[in-house]
Amino acid sequence: MGRKLLLEHVNVPGIETLEVYRKMGGYSAAEKALKTMAPDDITEEVKKSGLRGRGGAGFPAGMKWSFIDKKSEKPRYLVCNADESEPGTFKDRYLMEKIPHSLIEGMIVSSFALGAKTSYIYIRGEYFYVLRILEKAIEEAYAAGLLGKNILGTDYSLDLYVQIGGGAYICGEETALLESLEGKRGNPRMKPPFPAISGLYASPTVVNNVETIAAVPHIVNITGDEYAKIGIGRSTGTKLISASGHINKPGTYEIELGLSVEEFIYSDEYCGGIKGGRKLKALIAGGSSVPILPAHLITKTATGEPRLMTYESLSEGGFVSGTMLGSGGFIVMDDSTCIVRHTWTLARFYHHESCGQCSPCREGTGWMEKVLHRIEHGHGTMKDIDLLVDIAKKIEGNTICPLGDAAAWPIASAIRHFREEFEYHVKNPDKIQDPKHFYHQPFVSEVVNATPEVN
Amino acid sequence: MSKEIVFSSETLEVVNKLIRRYPEGRHKSALLPVLHVAQAEFDGWLSPEVMDYVASILNIKPIEVYEVASFYSMFNLHPVGKCLLEVCQTGPCMLNGADDLVAHFEKKLNIKVGETTEDGMFTLKTVECLGSCGTAPMLQCGADYHENLDAEKADALLEKLRTENKRSRYC
Repeated sequence: MGRKLLLEHVNVPGIETLEVYRKMGGYSAAEKALKTMAPDDITEEVKKSGLRGRGGAGFPAGMKWSFIDKKSEKPRYLVCNADESEPGTFKDRYLMEKIPHSLIEGMIVSSFALGAKTSYIYIRGEYFYVLRILEKAIEEAYAAGLLGKNILGTDYSLDLYVQIGGGAYICGEETALLESLEGKRGNPRMKPPFPAISGLYASPTVVNNVETIAAVPHIVNITGDEYAKIGIGRSTGTKLISASGHINKPGTYEIELGLSVEEFIYSDEYCGGIKGGRKLKALIAGGSSVPILPAHLITKTATGEPRLMTYESLSEGGFVSGTMLGSGGFIVMDDSTCIVRHTWTLARFYHHESCGQCSPCREGTGWMEKVLHRIEHGHGTMKDIDLLVDIAKKIEGNTICPLGDAAAWPIASAIRHFREEFEYHVKNPDKIQDPKHFYHQPFVSEVVNATPEVN
Repeated sequence: MSKEIVFSSETLEVVNKLIRRYPEGRHKSALLPVLHVAQAEFDGWLSPEVMDYVASILNIKPIEVYEVASFYSMFNLHPVGKCLLEVCQTGPCMLNGADDLVAHFEKKLNIKVGETTEDGMFTLKTVECLGSCGTAPMLQCGADYHENLDAEKADALLEKLRTENKRSRYC
């Protein structure tokens, strides 16, 4: 059993209530922080902990905090990014739904560290029922003097609100989120200026993911040094992984960073192996935007090292043979999966979600969807496969925000690792009529050993 | 059937409470939450008249409301059936049978995606990832998530919704 911090008490009945949360030691970090620590001490602990942003980019959280403009006379804001919309990712929803007070406590401690007097949690519109859970918990916290004026009898006061979105993946990008919170379309802003200088209402702002903020009370409780002892190297602490696809036990798991990918997929403590005893074909390790891995690169890297659940090990081999930890959206595919069809659904997703500001993304995502649709439905040509690679290259790096890259990478990597399968679709239009064409007769590549010897 | 477009006094109170969450002069921040309230109050969609009304409440220009309402996928700019069935079809749901689920609804309701049943009861819509990948396939109807669906559960859900005969709403 790995160490649990965020989900340690997830199965305690009533943990969603303030009473039980406090009984299990909740709000002790808020007490400790507000009563015994200076705001900068907390930032220092977060820096020491090595905590990296859990939303996807993995930027060191303490460093992000230290960029906030302290000379500005404007109010500072902490905004929690709960716009979880990366396909394959549902960890924040689980955490907020099960232990809402852990996020609220994180918001109190983090807002105090940053000197914010008003903070917002921006939650995706589809999570309306989670909004209600959070609002109820916030109400409890106000009634108990944990929010509002003079929290826990100290000089510190904080107001916390939950803002509902309207259904737009792009609002998970921090500047688009801020635009949306200001009541506008979610069009990402040019950076610089970064939000730490000019964010919400042009004031100094820090935007952090739910899981990042919920980790802060644990760091305060056990100290940054202790937190940094969990994990391996620069991948410190625990991480929530939401596992889906063709596995026996889909769900949200907390792992110690450094766990092997093989154990995560096959152990009964986590995914419990591939459903129906089928064979592993591919993995998207960190949400739909990260490169897909073929079977032979999942449990081992290209150099034969065991692949671990860390930022470094997953990206071992760069984009040639590696991927990224990303948001922790872990999508497992068995040998009945049509990679072309799956890639097409992702292309459709990014086309639908492009905000339309930058031409390469607005037009390119649509072209990629169209071309993939035609290959999947038996109307593609060999040139189409190269055309996809060409479009992906022209989107990547040429847009204001990373959505362009996020749309390009899954497609480029699918062709890199499964090119033969795309060619098969072009050459055998008659064999792919049924949408589930590989269910009965899986496609096995001659180049890639799609069914490795793993148990 | 033309209904006067004015929030009830209780709703107006909710809206004013929403506006007070933001600093002085930043009331436009309330736009998304208020649009959700308006959509729930006025038959599940935002007509130009409703959007104009929201603009007047927030003291912003109508175009500021139109551009936002048309950007976000949860705001309906055309009338929808009493129950809006939003079936997720992105990657992980596709892997677990979202295609079959959509086909099942099309057959059962005798409509295509994007259409409304003749009795005005159901509108079928496909949507992108709803963050329910571990419980796929699934759909959202109002604020409720219906997960781990198969044909049998889907039929039971339709039956239940038909019996309840209530308009689905997010809030």
